[in-house]
Amino acid sequence: MPTLVLVLVAVLLLSTTVGTIAVSPTDALRIVIGHLVPGMPWMSDGSLSTLQDNAIWQFRLPRALLAATAGAALALAGALMQAVVHNSLAEPYILGVSAGAGVGAVSFIVLGVGVSSLGMGTAAFVGALMATAAVYLLAHKNGRIAPQRLILAGVALGSLFSAVTSYLTIATDAQNVFSIMFFLLGSVSAATMGHLALPVAALIAVGLYAVFRARALNALLIGDDAAASLGVNVNRMRSGVLVAAALLTGSVVAVCGGIGFVGLVIPHISRILVGADHRKMLPVALLGGAAFLATCDLLARTLAAPSEIPLGVLTALVGAPFFLWLLRRDRAGSVGVDR
Amino acid sequence: MRVDIENLAAHRGGRPVVSDVSIQVPSGSVLGLLGPNGSGKSTLLRVVSGLAAPSSGRVSLDGTDITALKRTDLARRVAVMAQEHSEEFEMPVLDMVLLGRIPHGRGYGRDSDQDIATAQQALERVGAAHLADRSFSALSGGERQRVLFARALAQDTPVLVLDEPTNHLDIAHQIELLDLIRSTDRTVLVALHDLNLAARSCDTVGVLHQGRLLSLGAPEEVLHTDLIRSVFGVDSTSVAHPLSGRRHFLFDSRSPESPDGRPTTHQFSRTQEETEAP
Repeated sequence: MPTLVLVLVAVLLLSTTVGTIAVSPTDALRIVIGHLVPGMPWMSDGSLSTLQDNAIWQFRLPRALLAATAGAALALAGALMQAVVHNSLAEPYILGVSAGAGVGAVSFIVLGVGVSSLGMGTAAFVGALMATAAVYLLAHKNGRIAPQRLILAGVALGSLFSAVTSYLTIATDAQNVFSIMFFLLGSVSAATMGHLALPVAALIAVGLYAVFRARALNALLIGDDAAASLGVNVNRMRSGVLVAAALLTGSVVAVCGGIGFVGLVIPHISRILVGADHRKMLPVALLGGAAFLATCDLLARTLAAPSEIPLGVLTALVGAPFFLWLLRRDRAGSVGVDR
Repeated sequence: MRVDIENLAAHRGGRPVVSDVSIQVPSGSVLGLLGPNGSGKSTLLRVVSGLAAPSSGRVSLDGTDITALKRTDLARRVAVMAQEHSEEFEMPVLDMVLLGRIPHGRGYGRDSDQDIATAQQALERVGAAHLADRSFSALSGGERQRVLFARALAQDTPVLVLDEPTNHLDIAHQIELLDLIRSTDRTVLVALHDLNLAARSCDTVGVLHQGRLLSLGAPEEVLHTDLIRSVFGVDSTSVAHPLSGRRHFLFDSRSPESPDGRPTTHQFSRTQEETEAP
């Protein structure tokens, strides 16, 4: 845990110093502190250029923070989904969030006048929420959400929405295809401090809820009846967690597009490292998700500079080999991957 | 804690599976539920433990209707050991038993030393202390049953509801578990298949057949060869144990007049339909 905090801080600091405009780590730190604490002498004595200040405060920091927030949010949403649907293959997008967001964003590009990040974000958020509501209603029957029905409804609706997105992408002008692909693969390149508000608010709210309900989440791991006999209101808990996970994922997708892999794999890595107990595993997933995605974003904008690799591509490129390595180790067997 | 089951009926999958069952279980006594597969034992126990809602009638604990209790309050009174459990995620045995402490704790908190001590004691009582650090899914069927029973004990409730807890257990562990049930001062409702073990271990037995309570009383009054033939469709011989003198049953064969084992099926389902029809 302390290691993860250190890694996260180090990655964030490194992210602010790497780029075309040279800024030393000390200067980067001074700029950040200067913006947070009023009246710091170095902000007005001319030792830092406006260019440096802008590079850090307007571009690199918001972007690194957004990547970290999105990583933490997706990992948390994934861990919650896996617990409430009793399925280790569940991930945040199983609710149709990213597929819905894709349709929303692509429709905006195809039908709209052009490409604006705010318009696309709003359209994506609306699409995400509509898709989630549809999956939720389809999975609801006799006052109960059956996990299996939820998964299947999510997969089916996801395919439907992806088909619509693919068709719209092919049918649209060639110049739009690049923006669409970039959105679908996920990116935090347009981040500003303003973009952070929605995902950060969602992350804090859902994070507190999850941590407070960690014991009940543990009970859900052993099945609905067993959890109910331990005093957990299973139906209410499942509905609550699904709404929480949908808001979390929707707020991330609206700002960053569909970043894959994090929500599925970070919870598993956390379980392999510290076990299935949510009281230990959730903090590791939150910090691990943040550090992982911040690292991926740093690589995404440096590896092929000056052009950028889509974040969704890097998460899988970096994450998959690491995960496969963990999966082959003995420790993974103790969390049940060999069954 | 006294458990009262009054005029209880329950449906499962739209079909009536328990009808008009009334049983009073005095505080601290052991009630054994007997009956062939599909006779409604599990459903009855699910309703008693609040996991399924009755279609009519009620269950009360010391006079309080269980539907008036909050989930947590019910979980502090009734612990359940069911036949099925999910295994999608792996868990060490001690953590599995510690889940039984959930109704007694709040929120994020770490397991208290007392919780851990209670869980370890429960494991010791079922003879599974040496399994504490093992992974639950790596256990044998019998070891799992004992761990699940330890979880129910660790829940520290005045009432225990056990659905076929002796499944998969070797004879030594069956006897050990039933003796443990007898020696607690808790009120126990337990579904069993072994008639001789039930007679040995229960204060009262209730025999369910096609959802109805056919007979209820002390084992020596209730269990006899005629009942075994009509309910289970098996011919048996009653013998006195040479040492204790207690009645035991030797099972001879399926009774010839009921080759399907359910001599009165048609008659029963007709009466059920008649009573259930509005």
